[in-house]
Amino acid sequence: MSITNIMIPDILKIRKDFPILDQKVNGKPLIYLDNAATSQRPQQVIDRINEFSLRINGNIHRATHFFANKTTEAYENARETLRSFLNAEETAEIIFTHGATESINLVAHSFGDLFIHRGDEVIVTEMEHHANIVPWQMMCERRGAKLRVLPFGDDGVLQLGLLDELLNEKTRIVAVAHVSNVLGTVNPIAEIISKAHLKNIPVLIDGAQGAPHFKTDVQELDCDFYVFSGHKMYGPTGIGVLYGKRKWLDQMPPFFGGGEMIDRVTMQKTTYNEIPYKFEAGTPHYVGAIGLAAAVDYLNNPELSLINHYENDLLSQATLRLKQIEGLKIYGEAPEKAGVLSFNIEGIHPFDLGTLLDQMGIAVRTGRLCADPVMDHYGVENMVRASFAFYNTAEEIETFYKALIRLKAMF
Amino acid sequence: MTIEEIQQQIIEDFSGFEDWMDKYGLLIDLGNELTPIDPKYKVESNLIRGCQSRVWLHQEFTEGKIIFEAESDALIVKGLVALLLKIYSNRTPHEILTSEPRFIDEIGLRQHLSPTRSNGLLAMVKQMKLYALAYEKISQKNN
Repeated sequence: MSITNIMIPDILKIRKDFPILDQKVNGKPLIYLDNAATSQRPQQVIDRINEFSLRINGNIHRATHFFANKTTEAYENARETLRSFLNAEETAEIIFTHGATESINLVAHSFGDLFIHRGDEVIVTEMEHHANIVPWQMMCERRGAKLRVLPFGDDGVLQLGLLDELLNEKTRIVAVAHVSNVLGTVNPIAEIISKAHLKNIPVLIDGAQGAPHFKTDVQELDCDFYVFSGHKMYGPTGIGVLYGKRKWLDQMPPFFGGGEMIDRVTMQKTTYNEIPYKFEAGTPHYVGAIGLAAAVDYLNNPELSLINHYENDLLSQATLRLKQIEGLKIYGEAPEKAGVLSFNIEGIHPFDLGTLLDQMGIAVRTGRLCADPVMDHYGVENMVRASFAFYNTAEEIETFYKALIRLKAMF
Repeated sequence: MTIEEIQQQIIEDFSGFEDWMDKYGLLIDLGNELTPIDPKYKVESNLIRGCQSRVWLHQEFTEGKIIFEAESDALIVKGLVALLLKIYSNRTPHEILTSEPRFIDEIGLRQHLSPTRSNGLLAMVKQMKLYALAYEKISQKNN
């Protein structure tokens, strides 16, 4: 495609919703290309959060006063907004957590304690974020189970052919990223789910990098668990979602104990509340949940219906441009990618590149990207990652490209 | 020259630059000019691991002075390493323990020594001071 051929929703108008973007950093207009780490929040989300600090604040589900009722209503409406976003069958299947990491830990812990025993196996992929590796490793150590790994090829595509061999009668769960946070690969999760389900094995999808880009229909996809974080999809930090099918959540024991998650407590025994409350011990981050719902409402704006295409165009433009730079290697060239472009320039350390780009007002991520196994796969210590959101522009990509050319000449 | 005099010299060398690119250009040059650490010292036990870049630090204590050798895999960090070696290598433990690398602040690169930067530099300075402390104790014992 030609780089001038970008389909443009009214991005300049959309950018006005994100006041943080209109700033200078180190004297240069900010170009924020670290969206896979955390995205920025629109005014609509900020206003909604502020409303619950300025005018309404009461602890949910616990009292009869005005504030408590208003907050409870907003929190439960937020749950419904998230249910609708995922097209889950019922709101009880939406658990609010601190983020994708807690969601995965919850499943690893509660599902693991019930269903995983000595000698059982759990499958993850080689391209997972540490958050979708370590909780499973910890659980496997506790339960005496074994972690099996589905590898990817150098192009960043999972070697799906090997999955059939890995799935066996000992496999208890498969955990896989919707989109790789390093390679940008959109994984064939529907196919993975149907393969696993043929053997009655449930599948958890780490949607941390998926939810910001796609609306996922969990019923159509038929995944057993889908997790993501609010702050990567234009919502606040400290809030995330665990979607789980009722048939699993009902059986799973609670993760945390405390208030709200109980039915009745005596000193001898406690009976637990129903889902979703069983998994929401203590006062939840209700302001976060309300803010996240505002982010979902924002994404439902018809003006943003074309953002997937637009983001893909940005990614293609950036890929095309970066490939013109001699000595630049892109990691992950799957046919279907979303949002993320990781690379190295020969002879330039990512830390140096990140430091100098910062001087030019350009924010990228550098380092190991919370994915040591991916670094090991390519035999590198670090990478540079540019990641895009719908508020980025074609001009920003051009500036980024020119900055790389300029910096390359310094070495 | 004393550590303080060398620091002053560095501050003057950097003071002429108005453009950040020139400043970083000089750091990159310094990094490129730094004598690489002897490969036999580029080992795990000498590694100071930052999340973003790595620094290797080796030291020897001769005639009352500590000789440091160091290197980094990132060039900008290597440039800063070169400057730190200029002030801290071939010094007595006492000199090392009583001087702070204030030049980094003065030349506007303080962010590189921030604990959040995780480039290994702050840990390197701490490590050099720890060696100095250890050698000072050994010297005192021997006297």
